[in-house]
Amino acid sequence: MKVSYQWLSEYVDLHDITPYELAEKLTRSGIEVDAVEPCNAGVSQVVVGYVKEKSKHPDADRLNVCIVDAGQGEDLQIVCGAPNVAQGQKVPVALIGAKLPGDLHIKRSKLRGVESQGMICSAKELGLNDKLLAKDQQEGIMVLPEDAEVGMDAVSYLGMDDYVLELGLTPNRSDCLSMLGVAYEVAAILGREVILPEIAVVENGEDNPVTVEIEAEDECYRYVGRHFTNAVIKSSPQWMKNRLMAAGIRPINNVVDVTNYVMLEYGQPLHAFDAAMVKDRSIVVRLAEEGEKLVTLDDQERELDSQTLLIADREKGLAIAGVMGGANSEITPETKEIILEAAWFTPQTVRRTSRKLGMRTEGCVRWEKGVDQARVQEAGERAAYLIQQLSGATVSKGQATATVREPKAAAVSVTLSKINQHLGTALSAADVTPIFDRLQFPYEQNGEEWAVTVPTRRGDITLPEDLVEEVARLYGYDNIPTTLPEGMTTQGQLTYEQKIRRTIRRHLIGAGLNEAISYALLHPEKAEEVAGLHEIAAKPIPLAMPMSEEHSVLRISLIPSLLQTVSYNKNRQNHNVSIFELGRVFLSTEEKLTQLPEERLYLAGALTGQWLPTNWMGQTQAVDFYLLKGLVESLFASLGITGVEYRAQANLAGMHPGRTAEAWVADRRLGYFGQVHPATEKAHDLAETYVFQFDVEELTKAAAPVGHYNQLPKYPAITRDLALVVNRDLPAYALESVIRKAAGDLLESLTLFDVYTGERIATDKKSMAFSLVFRHSDRTLQDEEVQQVTQAVVEALRTETGAELRM
Amino acid sequence: MQTRLQEMKQSALAQISQVADGAQLQELRVKYLGKKGELTELLRGMGSLSPEERPVVGQLVNEVRSALEEAFAGKQAALEEAQLAAKLASQSVDVTLPGRPIPAGTMHPLSRIIEEIEDIFIGLGFDIAEGPEVELDHFNFEMLNLPKDHPARDMQDSFYVTEEILMRTHTSPVQARTMLKKEGKTPVKIICPGKVYRRDDDDATHSHQFTQIEGLVVDKGIRMSDLKGTLLTFARQMFGPNQQVRLRPSFFPFTEPSAEVDLQCFKCGGEGCRVCKQTGWIEILGSGMVHPRVLEMAGYDPQEVSGFAFGMGVERIAMLKYGVEDIRHFYTNDVRFLKQFNRS
Repeated sequence: MKVSYQWLSEYVDLHDITPYELAEKLTRSGIEVDAVEPCNAGVSQVVVGYVKEKSKHPDADRLNVCIVDAGQGEDLQIVCGAPNVAQGQKVPVALIGAKLPGDLHIKRSKLRGVESQGMICSAKELGLNDKLLAKDQQEGIMVLPEDAEVGMDAVSYLGMDDYVLELGLTPNRSDCLSMLGVAYEVAAILGREVILPEIAVVENGEDNPVTVEIEAEDECYRYVGRHFTNAVIKSSPQWMKNRLMAAGIRPINNVVDVTNYVMLEYGQPLHAFDAAMVKDRSIVVRLAEEGEKLVTLDDQERELDSQTLLIADREKGLAIAGVMGGANSEITPETKEIILEAAWFTPQTVRRTSRKLGMRTEGCVRWEKGVDQARVQEAGERAAYLIQQLSGATVSKGQATATVREPKAAAVSVTLSKINQHLGTALSAADVTPIFDRLQFPYEQNGEEWAVTVPTRRGDITLPEDLVEEVARLYGYDNIPTTLPEGMTTQGQLTYEQKIRRTIRRHLIGAGLNEAISYALLHPEKAEEVAGLHEIAAKPIPLAMPMSEEHSVLRISLIPSLLQTVSYNKNRQNHNVSIFELGRVFLSTEEKLTQLPEERLYLAGALTGQWLPTNWMGQTQAVDFYLLKGLVESLFASLGITGVEYRAQANLAGMHPGRTAEAWVADRRLGYFGQVHPATEKAHDLAETYVFQFDVEELTKAAAPVGHYNQLPKYPAITRDLALVVNRDLPAYALESVIRKAAGDLLESLTLFDVYTGERIATDKKSMAFSLVFRHSDRTLQDEEVQQVTQAVVEALRTETGAELRM
Repeated sequence: MQTRLQEMKQSALAQISQVADGAQLQELRVKYLGKKGELTELLRGMGSLSPEERPVVGQLVNEVRSALEEAFAGKQAALEEAQLAAKLASQSVDVTLPGRPIPAGTMHPLSRIIEEIEDIFIGLGFDIAEGPEVELDHFNFEMLNLPKDHPARDMQDSFYVTEEILMRTHTSPVQARTMLKKEGKTPVKIICPGKVYRRDDDDATHSHQFTQIEGLVVDKGIRMSDLKGTLLTFARQMFGPNQQVRLRPSFFPFTEPSAEVDLQCFKCGGEGCRVCKQTGWIEILGSGMVHPRVLEMAGYDPQEVSGFAFGMGVERIAMLKYGVEDIRHFYTNDVRFLKQFNRS
């Protein structure tokens, strides 16, 4: 809502408060003022002038030489290039020394040899918004109405000495979508009276011939029709145009302008019909037929449905109620007879239709937020008065009225103790009562209780708490004390899962990974590129109405977005990337959701390029499978996850069939890690990229916090190294498990310290060297014991895996 | 004999002083003091001396021996010292060369802010509650006093999955879920961080996905002054001990009264600057007293208990705190951006 400061000051005395002070006060008490804009964009010394003579410039075809009376004592000679300048016009004249927007200074000058003592201005040159100007004022010089007084300051004549306050209204304060609503608010803040607009309709015509019938009683509660004859349609007076333009509305003609003016004044949208086009002067408010068509004022043919509320006569539709009038009954320069509509339509019906048709006029905005039902008639009468004043129309006797329901003012009570308990204040009744007075809320006071009759303009107030807020904001939020809750003290803490999450984050950051956060909404083709962890998700869940395909389905795997991140970085020459993300995936087996999807927190990461930055020692370490596995192992260690089995997995979508492993603990799969499938890498134009993805709930279940420590050993250990020759495709894990089983409890640790393939060994074989550390916790081990155990290990390896000792 | 001793001493000392390394020194030691050395040889000749001469010569021999031994030891020490010095000199490194790279990662700036805020509120006795990101319309809107057709639904255009299921538009449904779970028990003291989604075109200041932190306290006798005090405590821990908070009346369907909360601009400290648009204040939170209908729907009697709630945008705080000008940086994860958040 754009509020003209000068206009507002007609309803509330503002003589001692600047627009900026007013804005601050409004903002601090609940109506946020987004901006205060001066209407004058930098104009000074521009006056109204009268073009007495116009003649052609002797040396320039396109220039005219005008003699202008600008009230300066002597007439001015001004050279003007606009084609529309003519003798007898009133025009804005920038005098010598005038300033115009864009830092333009008017100086005495000669144009092709003829002296020019100023400039005749166009509307644009004065800084007026040309979108709001009538078409005939968008080009050439600005022609002012004949009643403009010669010599008068154009700044004040054009209302440019005004300021506009732009309100950023919250949805509950639609009462401030009107000048009077704002006036009540300002009056409450300042403790002043509201001066209501003048209404003095003279019924100087015949009986009102209009009939009104409401068929759609659930959509329209009230309809009032006024009838006028002998209207003269013309341009509105400048003061009205100024105000409409300040509010952002383009002036059209006196009658249409009045409907808009009163809409701004009362918040009540109105409509005027050319009565000659209304069959039998009979108005019917009904729902449209399915498929019924109406050409609206913007010359578009609209197809209506059976829920559209229509204003019609007995033959045809005339207007879409609350949304836009029809072209068939538009006010034109030829209109003489008028029907003025003041009605009340339900917010839902207008909201629905305006959405359906994609039309959101200033009227719609007000209807949707709720119009004050109690002021329908008053607004109509105010408009009737102004139409009579501005068009000279004759007003027929009486109003044609149909009423389905009368508005009811809400009764809400509040007590002083409720107010103080809720706010933490120590107000007395004498503090509260004047606040209701200032708000002009009628009430009955019973000791420390107020029974308030809430005016219908404040439909947002229905509960005692709403009254508490009114008291609080007018008392001033700044004056509310500062305390802390006094109830039972509580001990806040992280849950176990939340702690695990922080451990994971800290560990991976410490290990050198950067945390990333990506979008949960993906392109459908990307979403399934790399497998998730839970096959129950048949398909990623699609949004009903996405804004773009790029973000149209919910992710089932974190890796696609991480690959996008890697690719984004690569395109910016960041070739070394190591990132991880903790984020949710959304899983459902349903084709169309009937219940919420399962949300699971996944941990995923992506690594590519060099792990260590280039350095002078020539130490490089490209990211590879075993670096990745090292990270995974260290993460498990930090969570206390033990007994992990790593299984090769050749069948995961988007993953390299020979370089992917799953991590299992007993029969639970924690997740997987490995290289991205070369085809997927190629599709993203990526270098070799490694990823991991785990289910955080599974990690949490497998995790074990630090428990009892193990006593430090008192007896020495004995180490034996075994170099084994085995088939090349035998996994290390197979050897390890045989060794552990055969070695039994004496084996303290087992380390693989060498893997060799090459010339010195058969091509289908490899050598693996293990270091076995034996220790007994209660005594010193004997060489012979260890020898025996080692022998048993070698024997077991030979029989179970075919391993031979390497000589 | 005595003359020979003296000559030998002179010549030996001269030779010792000339020695350049340990091997030579050892050779000389053998030559003069060894079992078959010159001094030993001379001693053997002592037998031919007269008894009067013997003690004199004997003393002289001892003097020469100890002089030589001292010279050898001195030279030995000097040589060792020189050797060590040479070794150290050869071992010196260029301390200005860079060290071996140790990888160090970084926490995402949004996670940093969230953890910081979580820790402050944990200290104030709050727990951390979480809820689904895909939410029922019922919890996202209706339980928060936003029935269908409520004009305020305009404020948050949403991503619907079905008519009844949508991407949550705020973290507030966690309030309703937590209260229902508590089955009317008090106190409720939670904060809920999480991702939320709205139909906004992504640009420098808008993101279709962003992060909120919501707070809720419900107990007997909770007042609006408690909201003010709690937020002031938070603001001072988060943004500095001299912080001020300012409440302005506002509107949220789920609170009544409602307030926007401004903090003193942490760029200029309230002087007025570009960040705070010369006002000295920055809007950072929405808050209010929990609407009685919200309490009622969640199983609490608004006659018995009251509560306050507040919510803030994590991106906004991060943008203000770190001067980030484009919200998209948080989600494109350019490593040159992420790596800047490497300090505490």
